[in-house]
Amino acid sequence: MDPLILARIQFAANISFHILFPTITIALGWVLVFFKLRFNRTRDLKWMDAYHFWVKVFALTFALGVVSGITMSFQFGTNWPGYMERVGNIAGPLLAYEVLTAFFLEAVFLGIMLFGFRRVPAGVHTAATLLVTLATTLSAFWILALNSWMQTPAGFEMRDGVAHATDWLAIIFNPSFPYRLAHMLLASGLTAAFLVAGISAYRWLRDDREPAVLAALRTGVVLAAILIPVQIFAGDLHGINTLEHQPQKVAAMEGNWQTGPNRPLLLFAWPDEAARANRFEIGIPSGASLILTHRADGVVPGLDDYAGRHPPVAPVFFAFRVMVGLGLLMLAVSWLGALLLWRRGQVPRWLARMLVAMTFSGWAATLAGWYVTEIGRQPWLATGVLRTADAVSPVATVSGPMVAFTLAVYLVVYAVLLLAYVATLFLLARKGAKPKEIETGPAPHPTAFAPAE
Amino acid sequence: MFHDPAQFHDPAQWLPLVFAGLMGLSILIYVVLDGYDLGVGILFPAADEAQKDRMIASIGPFWDANETWLVLAVGLLLVAFPVAHGAILGALYLPVAVMLVGIVLRGVAFEFRAKAEAGWKPAWDRAFFAGSLLTALSQGFMLGLYVMGLEHSPATLAFAAVTAVCVAAGYAFVGAGWLIIKTDGELQRRAVALARLALVLTTVGFLAISAATPLVSPRIFARWFSMPEILLLAPLPAMAAVLLGTVWLVLGHLPDSRDRFGWVPFAGAAGIFVLAFAGLAYSFYPFIVPDRLTIVAAAAAPESLMIILWGTLFVLPVILGYSALSYWVFRGKATDLRYD
Repeated sequence: MDPLILARIQFAANISFHILFPTITIALGWVLVFFKLRFNRTRDLKWMDAYHFWVKVFALTFALGVVSGITMSFQFGTNWPGYMERVGNIAGPLLAYEVLTAFFLEAVFLGIMLFGFRRVPAGVHTAATLLVTLATTLSAFWILALNSWMQTPAGFEMRDGVAHATDWLAIIFNPSFPYRLAHMLLASGLTAAFLVAGISAYRWLRDDREPAVLAALRTGVVLAAILIPVQIFAGDLHGINTLEHQPQKVAAMEGNWQTGPNRPLLLFAWPDEAARANRFEIGIPSGASLILTHRADGVVPGLDDYAGRHPPVAPVFFAFRVMVGLGLLMLAVSWLGALLLWRRGQVPRWLARMLVAMTFSGWAATLAGWYVTEIGRQPWLATGVLRTADAVSPVATVSGPMVAFTLAVYLVVYAVLLLAYVATLFLLARKGAKPKEIETGPAPHPTAFAPAE
Repeated sequence: MFHDPAQFHDPAQWLPLVFAGLMGLSILIYVVLDGYDLGVGILFPAADEAQKDRMIASIGPFWDANETWLVLAVGLLLVAFPVAHGAILGALYLPVAVMLVGIVLRGVAFEFRAKAEAGWKPAWDRAFFAGSLLTALSQGFMLGLYVMGLEHSPATLAFAAVTAVCVAAGYAFVGAGWLIIKTDGELQRRAVALARLALVLTTVGFLAISAATPLVSPRIFARWFSMPEILLLAPLPAMAAVLLGTVWLVLGHLPDSRDRFGWVPFAGAAGIFVLAFAGLAYSFYPFIVPDRLTIVAAAAAPESLMIILWGTLFVLPVILGYSALSYWVFRGKATDLRYD
C-alpha cells in the first residue's frame, strides 16, 4: 500500500486515540474542582467520596492522554516533515507555548493533586487541583489556536513558500478560533458529564446507593442538561462562521451540490461523488437555507462551485449527521433525567440504563465532529497555504512496510488499551470509592478534613 | 564561536545557538530525571511484590513531569530546527516507534497495575518493565546511530546495539541511585548491589562511545586529539574517572548504618551524564545532523524563535520552581501512594 496513505491513516489513528482522553480530563478536572469546592463549603463527606472516586478515573485518563500525546509530538516529524518546514514558524511557537505553559504545570501539580492529599495543607491541595485543571484547559487553548489557524489562517505572509508570522494576536485569535474553542470545551464538558452520569447510573443500578453516587449522578445529568443547549447554540454559530470562511466544508456537511436559494436540510441521503448528486434524498424543504442564512430563500453555496477543491463528501456528510443526532439524543436524555431527578429525587431504572448506554456518547460525538472539521478541511492541511499531500514524509527515508508495520503495532496497542480502559472504569465502579476499599491499604476515617472550628 | 562581534547583533546567528543550548539542557535534564524512573522500571524484575509497590511509590509523583522534558526537547527540535527534525526523526523512524510503544506501555502500566483486576497486576508489572526497558534501549540505539552519523550499515547497527545496552545500564544505575535515596532496609540493600552491576556496564559503555566517536569521524578526531585542545579537554575524562571511582568506593560502604552518603551514587550518575553530554556536544558542534546540517542552517525564522525565547526565559524558572516544590513535598523515604 502507498506509504503516504499509510502515514495518514497512522496519524489519524493516533490523533483519534489521543483526543479521547484530553476530551475527558479537561472537563473532568473542573468537575473535580466542583466536588472539592462543594466539600469545602458544605463539609459533606459525600463530595469528598465523589472526589476520591473520580480522581482515580482522572489519573487513569490523564496517563493515557499523556502517553498518546507524546506519540503525536514525534509523529509531526516522522510523518509530516513538510508541515513544519512550511508552516513551522507559526505552528512552532504555539506548540512550544503549549509545552511551556500547560504540560509542565499539569504534570508537576498532578503529582501533588493525586498523592499529596496528606502531605500539603487542604488549601494547597485544592490549588493543585485547580492548577492541573487550568493547565489542561490552557493546553486546549493553544492546540485549538493552532488547529483553527490551519482552518482559517491569518496574521502571516508567505516568503519563498514558507509562512512567516506578522501578527501573533491575529494568528492566535484567527477568525474561527473563538467558535472552535467554545465548541470543543463544551464537547469536553458534555463528554465528562455523560461519563460521570453513565458510571454513576451503573453504580446506582447495582444498588450502590452511597450518597456520593447520587451526588455524582445529579452533577453529571444537570451539567449535561445545562451544557447541551449552549452547545447547540455554539455549534450553530460555529457553522455560520465556517460558512463564511470555508463554504466548501459546509456544502459537504449539507450534501449540497448546487449553489442556490431554498436548499433543503437533508435528513438522509447517499452522496454519490462520481455522479455529483445525492441518491435517496429525504429532506426538509428550504431547511439548510433557513439554518445557515436564517431565511428560506437564502442562497447557500454548493459543491459544484468548488469542483476539485472540496473535501470528500460522504464522510463529512455522515459524520455531521452522527454528531447532530447524538447531540439531539443528549438533549432529550439529559433534560428528561434532570426533570425526573428534580421531581422524584432519583431516576427510573430504564433511564439509568439509557445513561449507562450513553456513557461514552461524548466520545462518539466528539470524534464525529472532529472528522467533520478535519476531513472537511481537505485537500488543505492549512487552508490555502499547504496541501496535505505536500506535507507527507518523503518516501526515500521511510518505506511502506515500515509504516505498515508500525501502524499495525500502534493499532494493536491502542485497541488493547481502550479495552483495558473501559473495563477498568467499570471495575472501579463495581469496587466503589469507599476508603476501606482503596487498593493502597486500609485508611482511617478522614478526620483530616473535619470542619474547622 | 563568534569570529566577528557584529554577529551578536544578528539574531539569525545567535538565536539558533541559544536554542541548541536550551534543547541540550532539556535533553540533559530528561536523561537524569526520566533516566531514574526508567531505571527503576528496568530494575523491576529484581524486586518482590511489596518492593515493587514501594519502587512505584518512589517515582509515582514525578514520572509524568520527568517525561515532559522529552516533549520539550523534541518540541524545541521541531520548532527551532524544523529541517533537522525531519532528517533526524526520519532516519530514526523505527527506534522512535519502538520507544513510543515503550513509553505508552510503561506510562499506562503505572495506573493499570493499581486499578485493574488483581489477576492482571503481574501482566501490567511486566508491561511496566518491558516498556521501561524498550524505551531505554531504543534511546540508546538512537544515540548510537546519531554518533555514527545516522548511517545504517551492519557496523553502525552493531555499535548502536552496544550503546542501547549501555544507556539502559546507565538508566538502571541512576535508577538504583534514586532507590538508595528513597528507600531503606532490604530494598535499599538490593539497590546498592544492582547499582554496582549497573555502574560496571555504564563504564564500559562510556569508554566504548568515547573510543568509537573519534574513530568514526576524522573531524571529531581532529577536534579532540590536537594541540592545545587535548590539554584543555583533559579535565573532562579526568573528572569522569574521579567521579566513577568515588561512586564505586562509596557503593562499597553502602548502605550506611545512619543512612549517610545515600545521595552520592545518584549525584555521581548525574555528574557522569553531564560530562558525557558535554563531550558529545563538543564533538558535534556546530552540526545538528552530524556532518550534514549545522545548527544555524537548520534554524527556523528568527522572529518566531524570539517569541519562543521570551516565553522560555519567563516560564522556565517558574517550571524549575514548582518542580522543586514537588520534590520538596514528596521528600524523604517513599511511602505508600494513596489518593486520600
